[in-house]
Amino acid sequence: MSSLPRAAPAAALPREPLRDRIARLMPQIVIAPSLLASFVYVFLFCAWTLYLSVSDSTLLPDFSFGGVKHYLALWQNRRWSIAYTNLFLFGSFYVTGALAVGLTLAILIDQRVRGEAVWRSIMLYPLAISFVVTGTVWRWLFSPTTGIQAFVRGLGWSDFAFDWILDRNMAIYTVVITGVWQASGFAMVLLLAGLRSVEPDLIKAAQIDGASMRRIYWKIVLPTIRPIIVAVVVILLQFAIKTFDLVVAQTGGGPGLATNVPAIYVYDLMFQRGQIAEGAAAAIMILAALAAVLVPYSIWSSVRARREAGHG
Amino acid sequence: MAEAVVGFDPLSTASTSQRRRALYLIYGLLTLFALCYLLPLAVIVLNSFRDMSEISRAGLIGLPHSFSLDHWGQAWSRHCINGACKGIAPFFRNSLKMAIPATLISTALGAINGYVLAQWRFRGSETIFAFITLGVFLPGQIALLPWAFVLGTLGLTNTIAGLVLVHCIQGLSFTTLFCRNYYVSIPDTLIKAARIDGAGFWRIFRRIVLPLSPPILIVTVIWQFTGIWNEFLFGVVFSSGSGQPVTAALIALTAGAVSVRQYNVESAAVLIGALPPLLIYLFGGRFFMRGLTQGAIK
Amino acid sequence: MSSLVIRDLSKSFGNVEVLRNINLEARTGEFIALVGPSGCGKSTLLAMLAGLESVGQGEIEIGGRVVNRVPPKDRDIAMVFQSYALYPTMTVRENITFGMESRGVPKAAQADALARVAALLQIGDLLERKPFQLSGGQRQRVAMGRALVRDPALFLFDEPLSNLDAKLRVEMRTEIKKLHQRVAKTTIYVTHDQVEAMTLAARVAVLHKGVLQQFAPPRAVYDRPANMFVAGFMGSPSMNFLPAEIVDDAGRLMIALAGDSAVARLPLTRAAGGAGKRIVLGIRPENLVRARGAAGAGTGQLDAVTEVVEPTGAETMVVLRVAGREVIARFEPDDSPGVGEVVRLAVDMNKACLFDPDTQALVA
Repeated sequence: MSSLPRAAPAAALPREPLRDRIARLMPQIVIAPSLLASFVYVFLFCAWTLYLSVSDSTLLPDFSFGGVKHYLALWQNRRWSIAYTNLFLFGSFYVTGALAVGLTLAILIDQRVRGEAVWRSIMLYPLAISFVVTGTVWRWLFSPTTGIQAFVRGLGWSDFAFDWILDRNMAIYTVVITGVWQASGFAMVLLLAGLRSVEPDLIKAAQIDGASMRRIYWKIVLPTIRPIIVAVVVILLQFAIKTFDLVVAQTGGGPGLATNVPAIYVYDLMFQRGQIAEGAAAAIMILAALAAVLVPYSIWSSVRARREAGHG
Repeated sequence: MAEAVVGFDPLSTASTSQRRRALYLIYGLLTLFALCYLLPLAVIVLNSFRDMSEISRAGLIGLPHSFSLDHWGQAWSRHCINGACKGIAPFFRNSLKMAIPATLISTALGAINGYVLAQWRFRGSETIFAFITLGVFLPGQIALLPWAFVLGTLGLTNTIAGLVLVHCIQGLSFTTLFCRNYYVSIPDTLIKAARIDGAGFWRIFRRIVLPLSPPILIVTVIWQFTGIWNEFLFGVVFSSGSGQPVTAALIALTAGAVSVRQYNVESAAVLIGALPPLLIYLFGGRFFMRGLTQGAIK
Repeated sequence: MSSLVIRDLSKSFGNVEVLRNINLEARTGEFIALVGPSGCGKSTLLAMLAGLESVGQGEIEIGGRVVNRVPPKDRDIAMVFQSYALYPTMTVRENITFGMESRGVPKAAQADALARVAALLQIGDLLERKPFQLSGGQRQRVAMGRALVRDPALFLFDEPLSNLDAKLRVEMRTEIKKLHQRVAKTTIYVTHDQVEAMTLAARVAVLHKGVLQQFAPPRAVYDRPANMFVAGFMGSPSMNFLPAEIVDDAGRLMIALAGDSAVARLPLTRAAGGAGKRIVLGIRPENLVRARGAAGAGTGQLDAVTEVVEPTGAETMVVLRVAGREVIARFEPDDSPGVGEVVRLAVDMNKACLFDPDTQALVA
């Protein structure tokens, strides 16, 4: 039995003055415009483009439903298949190349070399440069008449040939080289941070255990930074899928269709050929490719994080 | 086989000749790579000073035997691009007019958003954060047609203001992500103490959070500016003619058909177009670094 | 026969002298603790023993062989790290056999060694787990297993218990002691915890600012510390230090505490110099107890005012003020004084230490 005096029935609480209410909800109020903008940008735009891809639009939007015919047309289109084959080739070589070069550089710099800041600045400056600039300059360098071929011939090897950029089968590899040139510094920085995050005691223990440096790197260091390697691969894959500027600047998609990539084809369809529905379909395909890379990765990394947090 | 490489083994019981060989290998490889990285930059810098006669003869790679600053002036104000012969200057100015406002606005908004999402968590704020961050991964191609429509409706087609709007909204995702990840490291006990002291949302931002922000703001501004300045796709789609940013102008310049390619002038133009982010990188390089390592830890 | 000899060892990093003229030796099977506050150089010394840090000056002999220029893997040593340093991407089994694999030991011998060690440390059912799936104590045992499997001449421990919580630390301490009794390997054990050093070691080496202060069995280090640093560092709560003077009291030499001439004088039980000599009197809390009856031989008595009473359960530590200074004394829990109470303390002068105030060294 309660011995506390019973409270008088609660009078209706005074309504919260508007000013206080605004102050309390300020965080939500402040974030609302950005949330709205992001909602429009992320969700609405995607939905819009998606709808366009199944509409009857050609030069201008036409919102009558057209079905999946544009997707079918796309996948039967020779230009599209060339574009995504190129992307596949480019992507695999680009990611592998940038990873390999980045890892090599990271390991080299990790050997406590002197002047580390200088080396890093040199490797990283390509990131500050537009793909347009990079593509243009490398186009000049790859060009047989003005670039590397001309230079080497000028040195005396008059038979030297390096005209990949004009060769339909090899042009894509020139783009790979340029891409690796631009991205390997980025990979290096991330991998170097990863190498440095390895607990030094691990290395000491392995040295006492009698492992050679090569064995230490291969069996201990690299497996320990595997998550970072995966992250770098994922980021590089994204760069590859979105590649547009670089190809436009370096080869314009050519010779012929030799370096055509999906991103260029989208631009083509939308703004040169007046087929925006098909262009939208191609854009959705690019989005799908990105999702195919990102979604498994985020699932994998959150599962891993949860697993490791669960144990001491 | 040189096993005792310099760094890890201070005892370095490998013989001095082995150590020396390892050192040569390391520094040799690094120098080789460094030369590969510097080659393109060296090429355009040197070529911007050379005479065409020399370039036509010897190609682009080689030490200059002539020197002239003419081509720079030509590139800046006299060269013909897209029909007009005013050099790259107008496009450079366009890029400035586009990149500076867009950078400042998106950074400011990103900072405030980051502050809200990091320190004023409410129900659903994590979802909102995930949602806003999604924008970082979206390919530009998805937004092309919708933006065209939006800009058209707002009457901003082919204007710098239109580009500013596009870059602001797109940049919001990135700046919010960055700033939020930084602001999370501010101990929330600081904010709590301020609230107990009676400070409200904006006062806390102005007096406590903002003074702690210069590191992340500088990094964000640098990354945003570089990204927006170097951007091409939106620049070329949503502008035309004399209203284009410098990246689009460079494509028009170097890809346009001419009877004789003036590599020296084009090199100068390319350099001018690349200069602002490059200079920022030269003087603020460590902020680039910080941005990379911080941003990748997400 | 010594399995470890350290002779005149010195080391500097740039201008900073980290170790100065260290001389130590360990007999075969002996457990030596290397103890000192952070920054005293003990970790550097251990790293030099392991071959992870180069020798500045002096010599290190392991098993009769000078090993200054010998790489870690050839020194016949094993090390347990503070963070255990277990290879995170390998199973326990792979962790333990990694070293043998690196050295090309045949598979059969590896399996034997692994089984032997797993039985000894009772980690047999953990073999297929990865480090992140193990508890702190389990990781500790795996780290020791990895070291044991090498069957080395010298075991090095680098503060292995610092990462554990207090209760686990006490448990693991006992396990290490039992292990050493069974395996009897020469061990150098670095710690900043003087209790660990006292309980585990046959001999304790106290290090301070790179200089070896004392190297003696625990009892000696505790009862007859070589200087005020060792006296203050070993034992918790630490020894009380009172500035005093030797005075001539009617022909007898006694100790007068500085500051308050009204305070009673204490008998001098060991020769420590003549009248007028300034000293520092060191007396441990457990040797300051409530006086019962008159002072016996070798005991002095002091009156002190109780200031703070701190019951710890098994005993009560009391902070009192005497001759203008604070001292800590040990009381039985049922016999503790109240705050403000004046207590008569009995001082066991046979257990007291007298130090020179200038050199800080033990005088008597």
